[in-house]
Amino acid sequence: MAIIHIDDREFTANPKDNLLQACLSNGFDLPYFCWHPALGSVGACRQCAVRQFANPEDTTGRIVMACMTPATDGTRISIADPEAVSFRASVIEWLMTNHPHDCPVCEEGGECHLQDMTVMTGHAYRRYRFSKRTHRNQYLGPFVKHEMNRCIACYRCVRFYRDYAGGADLDVYAARNNVYFGRAEDGVLENEFSGNLVEVCPTGVFTDKTLSAAYNRKWDMRSAPSVCVHCGVGCNTSVNERGGQVRRILNRYNGAVNGYFLCDRGRFGYGFANRPDRVRTPVLRDPGGSMRTATRTEALDALTKTLGTGGKIIGIGSPRASLEANFALRRLVGADGFHAGVSAREARCLATAIEILQAGAVPTPTLREMEAADVVLVLGEDVADTAPRVALALRQAARGRSMEIADRLKIAHWQDAAVRDAAQGARSPLFVASVAATRLDDIAARTCRAAPCDIARLGFAIRHRIDANAPSVEDLPEAMQALAGEIADALLAAKRPLIVSGCGLGDEAVLRAAAGIAQALNGADRLPGIVLAVPECNSMGLALMQGGSVEDAIDTVTEGATVIVLENDLYRRAERKRVDALFDAAANVIVLDHVSTATVARADIVLPSANFAECDGTLVSGEGRAQRSFQAVFPKDDVQASWMWLRDIAGTSEWHRLDDVVRSLASAMTQFVAIGEATPPGDFRIAGSRIRSEPHRYSGRTAVDADRTVHEPRASVPEESPFSSTMEGYYGQMPASLIPFFWAPAWNSIQSLNKFQDEVGGALRGGDPGVRLFEPNGAAAPRPDATAPGQFVRGPGQWFVVPRRPIFGGEELSALAPAVAERIAAPSLALNPADARSLDVENGGMIDIDFKSGSYRLAVTVAPELPSGVAMLSVGLPGMDWCALPGWGTPRRAEPAP
Amino acid sequence: MSIVETEAGLTAEQRAAIEAMAGHYDDKRAACIEALRYVQGHYRWVSDRHLAEVAALLDMSRADLDGVATYYNLIFRRPVGEHVIFLCDSISCWVMGREAVNAHLCKRLGIQPGETSKDGAYTLLPIVCIGHCDHAPAMLLDDELHGDLDAVRIDTILGIQP
Amino acid sequence: METPLTNNIRPDREPLDIEGYEQAGGYRAVRKVLGGMAPADVIEAITQSKLRGRGGAGFPTGIKWSLVPKDLAASGPHYLVVNADEMEPGTFKDRLLLEGDPHQMIEAVIVAAYAIQAETAYIFLRGEYFLAERRLRRAVGEADARGYLGTNILGSGYDLAVHVHASGGRYICGEETALLTALEGRRAVPRAKPPFPQTSGLWGKPTVVNNVETLCNVPHIINNGADWFMGLGRGEDGGTKIYGASGRVRRPGSWELPMSTPLCEIIEEHAGGMRDGYELRGVLPGGLSTSFIMADDIEVKMDFASVEKVGSRLGTGAVIVLDQRTCPIGMLRNLEHFFAQESCGWCTPCRDGLPWVERLLAGIEAGEGEMDDLDILEQHVKFLGPGRTFCAHAPGAMAPLASGLKYFRAEFEQHIHEKRCPWNEAH
Repeated sequence: MAIIHIDDREFTANPKDNLLQACLSNGFDLPYFCWHPALGSVGACRQCAVRQFANPEDTTGRIVMACMTPATDGTRISIADPEAVSFRASVIEWLMTNHPHDCPVCEEGGECHLQDMTVMTGHAYRRYRFSKRTHRNQYLGPFVKHEMNRCIACYRCVRFYRDYAGGADLDVYAARNNVYFGRAEDGVLENEFSGNLVEVCPTGVFTDKTLSAAYNRKWDMRSAPSVCVHCGVGCNTSVNERGGQVRRILNRYNGAVNGYFLCDRGRFGYGFANRPDRVRTPVLRDPGGSMRTATRTEALDALTKTLGTGGKIIGIGSPRASLEANFALRRLVGADGFHAGVSAREARCLATAIEILQAGAVPTPTLREMEAADVVLVLGEDVADTAPRVALALRQAARGRSMEIADRLKIAHWQDAAVRDAAQGARSPLFVASVAATRLDDIAARTCRAAPCDIARLGFAIRHRIDANAPSVEDLPEAMQALAGEIADALLAAKRPLIVSGCGLGDEAVLRAAAGIAQALNGADRLPGIVLAVPECNSMGLALMQGGSVEDAIDTVTEGATVIVLENDLYRRAERKRVDALFDAAANVIVLDHVSTATVARADIVLPSANFAECDGTLVSGEGRAQRSFQAVFPKDDVQASWMWLRDIAGTSEWHRLDDVVRSLASAMTQFVAIGEATPPGDFRIAGSRIRSEPHRYSGRTAVDADRTVHEPRASVPEESPFSSTMEGYYGQMPASLIPFFWAPAWNSIQSLNKFQDEVGGALRGGDPGVRLFEPNGAAAPRPDATAPGQFVRGPGQWFVVPRRPIFGGEELSALAPAVAERIAAPSLALNPADARSLDVENGGMIDIDFKSGSYRLAVTVAPELPSGVAMLSVGLPGMDWCALPGWGTPRRAEPAP
Repeated sequence: MSIVETEAGLTAEQRAAIEAMAGHYDDKRAACIEALRYVQGHYRWVSDRHLAEVAALLDMSRADLDGVATYYNLIFRRPVGEHVIFLCDSISCWVMGREAVNAHLCKRLGIQPGETSKDGAYTLLPIVCIGHCDHAPAMLLDDELHGDLDAVRIDTILGIQP
Repeated sequence: METPLTNNIRPDREPLDIEGYEQAGGYRAVRKVLGGMAPADVIEAITQSKLRGRGGAGFPTGIKWSLVPKDLAASGPHYLVVNADEMEPGTFKDRLLLEGDPHQMIEAVIVAAYAIQAETAYIFLRGEYFLAERRLRRAVGEADARGYLGTNILGSGYDLAVHVHASGGRYICGEETALLTALEGRRAVPRAKPPFPQTSGLWGKPTVVNNVETLCNVPHIINNGADWFMGLGRGEDGGTKIYGASGRVRRPGSWELPMSTPLCEIIEEHAGGMRDGYELRGVLPGGLSTSFIMADDIEVKMDFASVEKVGSRLGTGAVIVLDQRTCPIGMLRNLEHFFAQESCGWCTPCRDGLPWVERLLAGIEAGEGEMDDLDILEQHVKFLGPGRTFCAHAPGAMAPLASGLKYFRAEFEQHIHEKRCPWNEAH
């Protein structure tokens, strides 16, 4: 720790930080624009000027930029120095020469960093009397709005999009006061992290287009801490609500997980919650077969009647429902009757993943730890699609080599431009073994394309190279041998090697190969980590709960049974005809869900579940981190949390609130003993108050229903919650898992986050949210006997088809969001050029492909990198039937309909 | 003569020349300005299509290369006339009367600075000091330097009989 | 009077080809250096001569070279980059050297590159210098054919490739770090220092950037020694300097003269004094980004220290003359227009401050100014100073303005009070 002097008072600082970080971490309000805690310093905006003195005797000093000056021991600066104060006001005055003065019509207004900094510097009077320059705005796609006239040229957007996220289609053009930030031409921003521009931009150039469609000010929205439901990474979010609708998703900083950034699926996937066709009321099937909406009482009566018959009950849970909902179902139907609601293959992969992570010896790192990995091997998982935020973390890990070069030249890591100039994009080794091209290839030292079994074989060969006692791989081609050697050498040369794999290919051998490498590295005294991507937001939690697959449910269903499906569309889990058979056999089909699905359409009784924004619940991420999300939307109809419906069905009365369920679960299943620690209990109060979920400036409460009633609407009072649903209550320093929104005096924008961190860029005060449910116990080193599968042999006239779940469209809920729907590409079958030629089809041509489970007609995408005999099918897209993948298919050129 | 609309892509020869330029540097992209000027040498300006081709040759994104192209004064991202007149607007030339020369040029060509004459023959642009201050006012006509400009000299250079 | 830099240069004549240059004693320094001088000895010889950079900043060349790491294996390749991006308005000395004697440039490059053990050198040339580019490229070809470039030069085991890089044109490329960024094919935004180019320069590798005129001195110092070089000057600084004069003087031009030649001598003797009907009011002594020197200080010796004593900088030594028939406000407006246009757009004060300054000056010149405008201008002078902005561009822009506000206060007020430009009618 360094001692620094700020305006003649002594403070501590991290000597590796710059003075801006040090000032902010010590609670000072020093304005800034171009610096960003994750992006470092470039000294462009000149907003954080302070006066620095050489020593205690120096009374003259000189003006320096705090962000460009190290916080070395003994540093003496003045923030209050009159010239520094005046200079900082001047910077705003310059920025304002071209900035519009129409905050009231700007969507950033009220949460604008530029507004905050303007007020902070005291600049208030306009002396510039000339015209302002104007720009043309661009269409940037369904997510982000562009208003270039508001630009203050801080360069953050390009530094995030291009330098941090690896985007290629946003840049800066022209020069002087005419610089322009945008695409080369109008068009959709291609990078899947584009939504972060909304938060990175300090003013209203880049704003959330989905919010814009039904706009509200930050102060007019209720907010609750939430967890993203669109993949298994577990990014923390804030849900913003107004008028009973989700209005937007913001990043909620978690130093260990998502840090400052979300992917676009996570940010813009919420639209499913507002769909007009969502399930809002109970629905009953009349004896005649037609469906009608029903009251809550009618529905519960019907349920009582149905379940009173005493037949067999099969419960099918869901990886997109909370732990509490799944547990409630499990308790209702019993452990034997409970099914996890995923396909058998996925269940096997998840079980393997859990075995590796729990009983292995290698820990799975947090995202922050991933960023510190010095060599990365991505084995058979396209994380850019299946766990996008992990891909962004790996992109930062690859910069490790640049940081080593910077260290050698004594350049501080926060000197972003200097590090980039010195290192010229030097990257730590990152290897990608995949079936097809991935969006990490651009930073990969080597890529390898192979069939899943050959990817596993490469993995086993690497393991053998690291640990000679591990079995060798027979008949490995020379090129693969060499690559295995190269990768093994790189991993062995690393201090913190990282192996990344996952369930994406549906191949356990790939998972075992990844585990084997990690295990071998552990034995070689490295500090390896292993990351296994899981498909959905609670895949890990559900797998920990154990239960049969959907196929098991189908196999065990007996005529006359009752089937209860929890927030799950079984047509996405198993073959259509087999799911039909299940529903045909069942006497009663009860479905709890919030979105309308094919499964809902088969129900006899539909119960309207609360979605992630409408109830509290716990999810377990792929890291094994249990995290709680809280209610932001209070529906006025019969919608309630699934666990409540299931409680009501069971007629049990000991569960009044979520904490009761959590307690039951923790005592019933040891693997969940810690979940209560994810967040303080519902009766948590600060100075006797709940935490308010609406900002104190919330307006119009008495007016929102004024067209119907003059009475102020009654606030919904959550039974037991740390939050009040209104603007009444406490707001200040609260437990990290209970921060509904970031706001601090003088800091109205999301950058007020600085005030909630231990030190800027560090953990949230009191520790980052969430509790890890397991650490590896080493009980069973992953199957030391595991050996490599045989090598890929292409079938005669057949192709081995592997699945790809595209970031946009591959996940069920986000695909229902209108903004995301615009980004979904049509389903297609990818083939390599020679294979396409052999089938006499060209890029874009149509093909019929037969699987055991059925046939598809698809457009062909020619993908040069695909291995011969292997095809890739984008799956999970709306309207596509489930297909048993990976598996063999027989394609032929589609004959046009006569 | 009218402005050349470049529908055609770069020729194999031009592509080879650009690749050869890239060989002079440790990093291909270092050749990008040279390559853009080379393209301009053939087509007078850099069209979107040519920009995209050069970007691909040098492993750059279009946005990245366009950021470079629009930064520099000598790269044209819009069509220009058959000849480009760069009239110096810096200090020595200004002291020596470049405003009058500019006015004369505008009158003769029927355009304002930044425009191209109707016949497509000339584009008139201001430029910063071209190091011909001892013969101010000065201008570049394509790659030829002309100094000691006045109305008479301009007319002679433009081939206009007074 | 010796004129080593321009000895071979004759107006109205093609430059010497390689044979002519050799006959004139050319490439002797290369032979001497590669024939037995260690790189450190070359650096020592230049350090001894106290040669200071001629690009404007005056940094000692030998010291600059000595800061390059010696351990090639650890640091990777080294680069020499010639700053031939002459773009300081009023300055035309490097064009003279490049067009007039390209082989002198190449010989200098070889010696300097050898001294810092660079195997690649780039001549970063102003994009508008078409003639210089043609001549340089031809000269590089000749030198290459003659074995002065390429591998194992003159059997010494030393390899060097020289490439001519024509710029896309931006004033800021003359700033050495921006120049490196430009050379990498990027937007020429300057870099923060440290790290200095000597440790992290082109592609992050050790790099020396030297001005054309600076380097052209090198072969002569090698051939004739430090004492000879020091003896060339008339004051503290050694060597000659190419001075220039433009504006309403009788014979505008550039001349190689002993360092420390007095300003009045340059104007009166070499430039032939003022034209009839014109009186000298003041000068910008070294290009646009230097402060005015008024007629009272016309005796000043033109060297680094002396010019600073009268409140300005030697800069490029290119004297721009302000006469009494030219509106000083107009002149300031013109030069601030230049700086505003050439701002790279990186830092706020420069990007948004300079256009404001330009508009204020234009307003005042047009008779639309207010007295408060002068306060705003003064504030810019203060806040666009060194350390406040990212690089030296805006401080350079403020140097003439600061002195202009001091020396032409009466004219400013006259414009504002009379709501017109008094010079407008005078013309």
